[in-house]
Amino acid sequence: MAQPLIKKDDDRDDEDNYSPFLGIEKGAVLQEARVFNDPQLDARRCSQVITKLLYLLNQGETFTKVEATEVFFSVTKLFQSRDLGLRRMVYLIIKELSPSADEVIIVTSSLMKDMNSKTDMYRANAIRVLCRITDGTLLTQIERYLKQAIVDKNPVVASAALVSGIHLLQTNPEIVKRWSNEVQEAVQSRAALVQFHALALLHQIRQNDRLAVSKLVTSLTRGSVRSPLAQCLLIRYTSQVIRESGNITQSGERPFYDFLESCLRHKSEMVIFEAAKAITDLNGVTSRELTPAITVLQLFLSSSKPVLRFAAVRTLNKVAMTHPMAVTNCNIDMESLISDQNRSIATLAITTLLKTGNESSVDRLMKQITNFMSDIADEFKIVVVEAIRSLCLKFPLKYRSLMNFLSNILREEGGFDYKKAIVDSIVILIRDIPDAKESGLLHLCEFIEDCEFTYLSTQILHFLGIEGPKTLDPSKYIRYIYNRVHLENATVRASAVSTLAKFGASVDGLKPRIFVLLRRCLFDSDDEVRDRATLYLNTLGGDTEIDNDAKDFLFGSLDIPLVNLETSLKKYEPSEEAFDINLVPKEVKSQPLAEKKAPGKKPTGGLGAPPSGPPSTVDSYEKQLLSIPEFANFGKPFKSSAPVELTEAETEYAVNVVKHIFDTHVVFQYNCTNTIPEQLLEDVIVVVDASEAEEFSQVISKPLRSLPYDSPGQIFVAFEKPEGLPTSGKFSNILRFIVKEVDPTSGEAEDDGVEDEYQLEDLEVVAADYILKVGVSNFRNAWESMDPDSERVDEYGLGPREGLSEAVNTVITLLGMQPCEGTEVVPPNSRSHTCLLSGVFIGGVKVLVRLSFGLDGAKDVAMKLAVRSDDVTVSDAIHEIVASG
Amino acid sequence: MSPSKLELNPSVKNILLLDSDGRRVAAKYFSDDWPTNSAKEAFEKLVFNKTQKTNARTEAEITMFENNIIVYKFVQDLHFFVTGSDDENELILSSVLQAFFDSVGLLLRGNVDKKEALENLDLILLRIDEIIDAGIILETTPNTIAGKVGSNSTESGAPLSEQTLSQALASAREHLARSLLK
Repeated sequence: MAQPLIKKDDDRDDEDNYSPFLGIEKGAVLQEARVFNDPQLDARRCSQVITKLLYLLNQGETFTKVEATEVFFSVTKLFQSRDLGLRRMVYLIIKELSPSADEVIIVTSSLMKDMNSKTDMYRANAIRVLCRITDGTLLTQIERYLKQAIVDKNPVVASAALVSGIHLLQTNPEIVKRWSNEVQEAVQSRAALVQFHALALLHQIRQNDRLAVSKLVTSLTRGSVRSPLAQCLLIRYTSQVIRESGNITQSGERPFYDFLESCLRHKSEMVIFEAAKAITDLNGVTSRELTPAITVLQLFLSSSKPVLRFAAVRTLNKVAMTHPMAVTNCNIDMESLISDQNRSIATLAITTLLKTGNESSVDRLMKQITNFMSDIADEFKIVVVEAIRSLCLKFPLKYRSLMNFLSNILREEGGFDYKKAIVDSIVILIRDIPDAKESGLLHLCEFIEDCEFTYLSTQILHFLGIEGPKTLDPSKYIRYIYNRVHLENATVRASAVSTLAKFGASVDGLKPRIFVLLRRCLFDSDDEVRDRATLYLNTLGGDTEIDNDAKDFLFGSLDIPLVNLETSLKKYEPSEEAFDINLVPKEVKSQPLAEKKAPGKKPTGGLGAPPSGPPSTVDSYEKQLLSIPEFANFGKPFKSSAPVELTEAETEYAVNVVKHIFDTHVVFQYNCTNTIPEQLLEDVIVVVDASEAEEFSQVISKPLRSLPYDSPGQIFVAFEKPEGLPTSGKFSNILRFIVKEVDPTSGEAEDDGVEDEYQLEDLEVVAADYILKVGVSNFRNAWESMDPDSERVDEYGLGPREGLSEAVNTVITLLGMQPCEGTEVVPPNSRSHTCLLSGVFIGGVKVLVRLSFGLDGAKDVAMKLAVRSDDVTVSDAIHEIVASG
Repeated sequence: MSPSKLELNPSVKNILLLDSDGRRVAAKYFSDDWPTNSAKEAFEKLVFNKTQKTNARTEAEITMFENNIIVYKFVQDLHFFVTGSDDENELILSSVLQAFFDSVGLLLRGNVDKKEALENLDLILLRIDEIIDAGIILETTPNTIAGKVGSNSTESGAPLSEQTLSQALASAREHLARSLLK
């Protein structure tokens, strides 16, 4: 820390590196600071010493408490000098030294004198210093001066007082709030910065009073704000008011939208951009609202200033995630940005293009990116890789060129995170695009031939073990895997052995040869490798059929949450009784809580990295359900819905429900959380009234034994329903339980409880619950390959709507199907639109829907609905859903 | 100061002035993101390395990492940086950078290099103090900033009424000496 600076500069004594601070040392400077105590002050010399002190602090030097106090006391002597420049330095060093409360007293009177000085500079700075170092008690004494200063005719003084007010509001809100009148007067100031600071303070004083903020915004948006910074603030406040007021008025206009839109024509770029950003951030922004904002951002794209280009492309990149069609107009400008000198801008442009591009432009885009990849940093490359992955999932037919691209960059130099991003992407593509499997696996095999990262090698080997045996010619992977046994470190060798065993277990033809290889591994130098080889040789041993137990052992993943297993193992005490894995609870405890927290998390942004998709909860639900014996004979769940909240936020008990649809049953999974620390709930059940769902009959109800504070639990209720039909109905729910008081100190519950119940919101099972969102890569081909006789066409009038986009979204939500080829986005100002949907109906019937919308007259929307499916009755069912919706 | 209450207010996390080797000439941090001097130095090193090869001499450049936006501009052997959070309006940060850059330019009368900057370090620190107060933008007009700081610390700009006779004489002498030296 206190390393003398002289050492740093020792070796650079050449002319160029001349520094007035060369060889400066803390001890010497502290000695020099004694000049502050001279009866005859030399202002110039004192200033120089202060500069040296500031230099030391600036370089990260620290003063001990004693040193700081000493310097502070001698600095206070300098108030005797009337040199303006020195005084300015004195103010600065006092702020840097941040004296403690008992020391502050020394300077208080000097500063208070300066606060009333005729010199503006004294007044302004004394206020800033005093407010910075003072505590609440002193504040009441100087309050009067501060109020005066706020309306001082000198803008520097007024700003100093206002900014100090903003800081003080954090610690002494009740005092600062009394200044409202003065601050309000300052908002009308002609000085730009005073207006800005006054507005910031006024808003902060009123921020907890929604009505007052709304009034403030209403009056100011009529146009009395001159400063661009204040205008930016006003835009932020306006967006906040819009966000909190929630909905669009009945006329379809969003309150204050006009104001935001008018700011797009402001003369300051700062304001224009702030407004454009605010518009793109509006909740549920419509294409019509977006258009003017996109237009100004597009102009910025060709600006000569990098900052402006960056700001614009970053905002458009964000818009492209939700409204790709709205950004397509900017594609030409974006393409020219790929060669931008500033690589951040180029990366943002590329990832935006990857989001907005259509299938035909993919190849051209890939060519451009290949040239681009060689000269950007790893972190940018990761962003590009992620964008390419989502592009490939969007256009599965293009997997060939995208997979090639990924495998090419996999061969190039790169750090771990970058390689991991590529490997993850290839794994995802293999999983989601069956055609890509063979080539993807081979790329991965080639990669592990020359991979320096143990973690990635083991991941890939594990993945090969699962996917490899299912390919047409599993034998071709063996060489790659067995090479690892020769050439790698022990960790990789061990996982290669496991992978070999998996091939042996799954492919009978390969088994004898795998055995030869495994036997060789018995002589490995590492014991883990030898142990694994021995274990596998024994489990798979002999020429008999491999029994299911062995297979389970090799492939079955543990269906117990690892956390639960860990706690159970910790509790287990060695005894006669062996540890029984079946006693480990299988309920996933913290899951619903984690899900609720997720949306609140601030997106990390990165360079506009796409938000990672929702984790596949369906799999974990499935396992959880199958582990409950009562539901075992229901078969596999066809679909599990997203959780639906049945309680308001922040109520005593938080309950949401997941609907699991089976062929002949429906299971409601109620995820309950008790948010009262003083209560323990026992025998919790959900009483479901199905009187408005006649075709459903309740068969099983699985209550929750106990629901302690903040530890979520699940209740299941199962219903029988007619097979294969999209039966809908409405259910009302009541949570019924026994409440026991809990002593908050001991955490123990009382013995006696009281029966109580809690009304939950109603729950509906709708047609969309019976349709799985499954996309098709090429809608046209898929459509034509279906039997034209299965087609059912009809026309519907949807009545007056907000716009085409709203009508399209309504129908998509109603049907719960997957929009294809980005057709869910309606281009701004269009009068007609075609939307393509695909899905799988309960019973595994594939359905394709072609929707043609047209605007008829002012706001009436007409829709033509054409359905094709593998089963004509399903086509009819879709029409029924639309007709009744 | 709790950031949640100030989140609507444009704010600056730090202002940096580094030399052509990435060493600190002047730096002021307004955010708790870098609590220790080594954290600060690590950040400065990172910023310097990431921007070193770019050409930020005619127009201010911009980059983004670790959820921060950094705008920067170079002249001779001096590198100017202003950092803000990633949801900050880039153009506001850029206006702060411009204010910093221009006011130092005014101060050093076009002779902007490390040597001059270090010789006028007091005035540069004062300029930073006048541009940002604890993260809040105080002033962005270069001329006003220069006016508030005064042209030189010991050249007295105080009104005559506040000067003693001897001080006035001393400063007159100094003026004369300076004009002779030129």
